[in-house]
Amino acid sequence: MPAAPGRPIGVQFDQVEKRYGAVYALRNLTLGIAAGECVAIAGRNGSGKTTLLRVAAQLVRPGTGTVAYSGASEVRRPKIGFVGHATMVYDELTAEENLLFFARLLGVASPGKHVAELLREVALEDRKDSLLRTFSRGMRQRVAIARALLASPSLLLFDEPGTGLDKESGAWLTEQLRRLRDSGCTILMSLHGESETARLATRAIRLETGSVVADTRRGALFQTIFSAPGC
Amino acid sequence: MALLSNAAVLLGKEVRTEFRSRELLSTTMVFVLIVVVVFSFTFDPTSTESRRFGPGLLWMAFLFAASLMLQPCFLREQVNDTLGALRLAVEDPFAVFLAKIAANTVFLLFTELVMLPVFAALFNVSFGSQLPGVLLTFLLGSLGISIVGTALAAISAQARMRELLLPLLLLPLLTPILVVSTEVTIRLMQPEPYLEWKGIGLMAAFDAVFLTVLWLFGEYLLEE
Amino acid sequence: MIRRILFAAVAVGLVACAAYAAFYVAPEERTMGAIQRIFYLHASSGWAGETTFFFCFVANLLYIWRRKPQYDWLGVTCAEVGVAFITVVLLTGPIWAKPVWGIWWTWDARLTSTFVLWILYICYLLLRTLLDEPERRALLSALFGVFAFIDVPIVFGAIRWWRTQHPAPVIMGGEGSGLDPAMRKVFFFNVLAMHILALFFIAERYLLEKSKHDAELLRREAEAR
Repeated sequence: MPAAPGRPIGVQFDQVEKRYGAVYALRNLTLGIAAGECVAIAGRNGSGKTTLLRVAAQLVRPGTGTVAYSGASEVRRPKIGFVGHATMVYDELTAEENLLFFARLLGVASPGKHVAELLREVALEDRKDSLLRTFSRGMRQRVAIARALLASPSLLLFDEPGTGLDKESGAWLTEQLRRLRDSGCTILMSLHGESETARLATRAIRLETGSVVADTRRGALFQTIFSAPGC
Repeated sequence: MALLSNAAVLLGKEVRTEFRSRELLSTTMVFVLIVVVVFSFTFDPTSTESRRFGPGLLWMAFLFAASLMLQPCFLREQVNDTLGALRLAVEDPFAVFLAKIAANTVFLLFTELVMLPVFAALFNVSFGSQLPGVLLTFLLGSLGISIVGTALAAISAQARMRELLLPLLLLPLLTPILVVSTEVTIRLMQPEPYLEWKGIGLMAAFDAVFLTVLWLFGEYLLEE
Repeated sequence: MIRRILFAAVAVGLVACAAYAAFYVAPEERTMGAIQRIFYLHASSGWAGETTFFFCFVANLLYIWRRKPQYDWLGVTCAEVGVAFITVVLLTGPIWAKPVWGIWWTWDARLTSTFVLWILYICYLLLRTLLDEPERRALLSALFGVFAFIDVPIVFGAIRWWRTQHPAPVIMGGEGSGLDPAMRKVFFFNVLAMHILALFFIAERYLLEKSKHDAELLRREAEAR
């Protein structure tokens, strides 16, 4: 993949806690992710999956506890690719303008070339001059993923990336994740139920009310993590 | 320097977005015009009265217009969580503020300069010889409004009743700008006009102080 | 509990003594007569209010830095107590002005700036009611509090400059007017009494805020069971 991810890093959560008023989004969360792991995070709505990913992305500041990154020189401010619930791109700009904008902010070398290659990879080359607001959900997700890959990230975070995608786009997504995983990238993805995407993971974690209640690499238990009630 | 180049890229995006739709500029300009016209009904618009009340009403119109114009500043970034994307992409979150302040100042200044001849015609005052002074006053005033307004827009975007909250918080904080810029503008419109440097100094000090405060505390305004 | 009652007694006692001094000990003012005595209440409330807002500012800074809820409680407490004292200033000003000048308000520099100060902290309290989530509320109101406090001296400066351009009657004597030594003693005693009273209100209001928080915690614990 031309937008090759950077050297992967690991993430360490230590006693992380995040409250929103009376509600604990994350409670006493301790979790270590090694560089190169592909981890699926399962859990009901409100179990803390989104908050976990946003804390990992340094978008949300934990109330107590620390998040540390390991294995790269830019450890304090690692390059992170984040695909969240929202598309995180501008509706009033075109696909190309959006990616060029973020590429320039990130200080990507030869942004024009890089963006053109990325657009080809996500199969949106012919729609590069269309405004984002004319795109379908699937196409927007592709732009979002392109944006996440812009600066050769060391860590990739996906928050329920398959939501709202049709079968074709979903298959495309799984394929992209497979390629990223095989290139050794560290991936954390939150998922809603077992799926093709979930099966890419080498490790699965289940969150409940903000804490890790199950953590496994083994095949059979893997299935139970995803088939727990309400998942 | 990364901060300035980031701010420049961000500014480019702000300006491009606005000139594509022009919705902000056009509504702001019309609003200033409406306020000026409506306020002019409250006093007898002879030449001497206009010189006395005109500048005050002009700056009030700018302030009210700004408090509406600044609303979308951070609301726009909430729509698709592009604020999150910006925070991930830039090293120093102050770049986001610098860019938005620059953009808002430019938009405000543009509005003011378009409105100036209209105001001059409606109230039979001339600025000809004092144009540099007027420009400086408008620049420093708009900068002050933008600096404080952008910071408060970040706050009100996270609260309820945000449409009412921004003007509510903005107007008392901007009292010094309103008071001083009105005085300076009155002197620029007198039969013997001159530029009141003390006022200019006060406005510059206001701008410098609040820009510094924003530099120190800006990142907390964007926190989640 | 005993301590609180003692504190209350001391505060109220001091204020009573200060009031007595203002009415009976201080000499009568030459030109204005008895009405001038309201100055002791007016000016000392002003000083106490401004000190309280300074504490609010410090609490705001500490919260932004440390994020401990105690600093947030102190912030809202000082804002409320400050607003109360400044309300007294704004009410006593006109009460003095009316008999002396025949008008309620003269856009006097200091009083006008104080009015803006009062509005700014009302805005602070209003902002808090519009933010639901406790940590957001604490952080954003602290940030606004910092902006507001830093604006205050600039507001005073700008309005004072404005008033030099448009002179008007000055309430309670302008910058240059001095105080007779006997008056000065009574004045500073009033200032002290007002500060002690302010401290008492701050302590009580803080305890109230703390109790609210503790009650909330207990309620949540009970619900969780």
